[in-house]
Amino acid sequence: MRRITLRSVAITVAVLLLATLPLWIANTYYVNIASQILLFAVLALALNVLVGYGGLVSLGHAGLFAIAGYTAALLLEAGHGHLFSDLAAIVAVLIASAVFAVLALRATGIGFLMITLALGQIVWGLAYRWAGLTHGDNGVNVSGRPTVLGVSLAGAIPFYFATLVVFLVAVAAMALFVRSPFGASLRGTRDQPRRMNALGYNVWLIRFVAFLFSGFWTGVAGLLFIYYNQFISPQVAALQSSAEALLMVISGGSATLLGPIVGAAIVVIMKNVVSAYVERWNMALGIIFVLIITFMPEGLVPGSVRLWKAAWQRIRRRPATTAALEEQRP
Amino acid sequence: MTASAAAPAGDAPPPALAVRGLTKSFGGLRVTEDVNLAVAPGERRLIIGPNGAGKTTLFNLITGEIAPDTGAIFFNGADITRVPSRQRAHLGLARTYQIITLFARDTILRNVTLALLGLSPLRWNPFVDLDRQHHLTDAARAALARVGLEHLAGRPLAQTSYGERRRVEIAMALAQNPKVLLLDEPFAGLSVDERRDVATLLRAIPRDVTIVMIEHDMDVALEFAERITLLHFGEVIVEGSRAEVVADPRTREVYLGH
Repeated sequence: MRRITLRSVAITVAVLLLATLPLWIANTYYVNIASQILLFAVLALALNVLVGYGGLVSLGHAGLFAIAGYTAALLLEAGHGHLFSDLAAIVAVLIASAVFAVLALRATGIGFLMITLALGQIVWGLAYRWAGLTHGDNGVNVSGRPTVLGVSLAGAIPFYFATLVVFLVAVAAMALFVRSPFGASLRGTRDQPRRMNALGYNVWLIRFVAFLFSGFWTGVAGLLFIYYNQFISPQVAALQSSAEALLMVISGGSATLLGPIVGAAIVVIMKNVVSAYVERWNMALGIIFVLIITFMPEGLVPGSVRLWKAAWQRIRRRPATTAALEEQRP
Repeated sequence: MTASAAAPAGDAPPPALAVRGLTKSFGGLRVTEDVNLAVAPGERRLIIGPNGAGKTTLFNLITGEIAPDTGAIFFNGADITRVPSRQRAHLGLARTYQIITLFARDTILRNVTLALLGLSPLRWNPFVDLDRQHHLTDAARAALARVGLEHLAGRPLAQTSYGERRRVEIAMALAQNPKVLLLDEPFAGLSVDERRDVATLLRAIPRDVTIVMIEHDMDVALEFAERITLLHFGEVIVEGSRAEVVADPRTREVYLGH
């Protein structure tokens, strides 16, 4: 019981801190950084469904992220409304996810990774070369942010709250998914696909549905991204973006809820804040990842939990051994 | 090939499991050579043979994990040769593995729950908490009780002994309430005491379950089996009652090599 209450207290405090963040961070620059962390956390959580729970390492998620972003940006540019453009973007990303899944799920492991990488590169190539549609390197401008329930999201603070709401819904969906029978099915296909098949599970279809679930939230993150930046260019679909998303998941700790969120925070802070002070921020990011992988190969969140538990046990054991020694004394 | 092909004439029920002319080659190696087999409902059948005789391959063909080159497989008279492996589990075919194939990151209870979930439409549900699906967890505990492991339900699999894992394998198969149960060396690697325990729990399985067992340990296996099939180089060499197979000179030849 003690652990459950500790956990719920921690969650309540975290949500309260996030909900009041604009009050204690007056500088809108940092509020915008917080919005970025939350939107990339949604992307990392989405990727974690496949990487962490499905055991399927995708290097093509930037492609899906960009498909949602480009679809909405181009439809908005053509004069369509926000609701229509965003729904069309979600439909597009679901279709693209289905195509990605059908092609990539012919393999697992390194084969899956290579196929998703190739598909992501195709999206990047289209964004870069099909200038008639995407304006190539010039990118697409998004002229304005929507108004939701009478509140314009144009300002940094309203946009932060909108992103926070989406982020919390994503976290809740993931928490539900992890504990659900379908989540257990997906983890089973990660650990023992052969056994799962013999037990009556449709391993391929479970992975396919998980890919769609992952693709959906990747699309949602893509939409947040274009509204945040009000601009999208081929760089978004590049391999480096996919690799960054994967680093968020792995550095924070795959197959955990908190890990991808922490990973997203690390990458966004390094890219934006540290780069203001350290010119070679990419190198600093690299060093941090090397340190994480060396000392906590399972990721920052599970690694910290492991070290914390080890330290806690050492503290508790010491008085116990002293007591035992004293007992032995006649 | 029709379903009636497997059914014998008259009113006798069709065999619970039948195999007709089954052949499988891996490259140039014929691992299963024209195997015919008919196991009556409720029968206890033992499949023996030296290493590499094709026993596990035969199980993999029956469960559909690999496809035969020729031949057919019948389940309660119905041709299931083209039925996907996962659907054979839904028909009532369960197996254990010679090489333990369990979910190492989960608890014993979760392992058995996954076996039950595989046959439940609930497995697609992303909205409820699996641990609160008490009809599944209670059934999983009941299956664990049948193999004497209910007191270890909450233990992570990584912290269990080899003998306990063998019994989890059997519990997972039993939890699925199969009509035909395929046991691939359920005694492998067990101590004398553990073997006796497993033999007792296998004897307690009711007769509405047909059991086919691969086993090397003759002491426990011979006692259990009613009919025995001897495989050698993928072929059925001898088949008959316990006494017939033991007395047959070809059994002696295969096992003693002269």
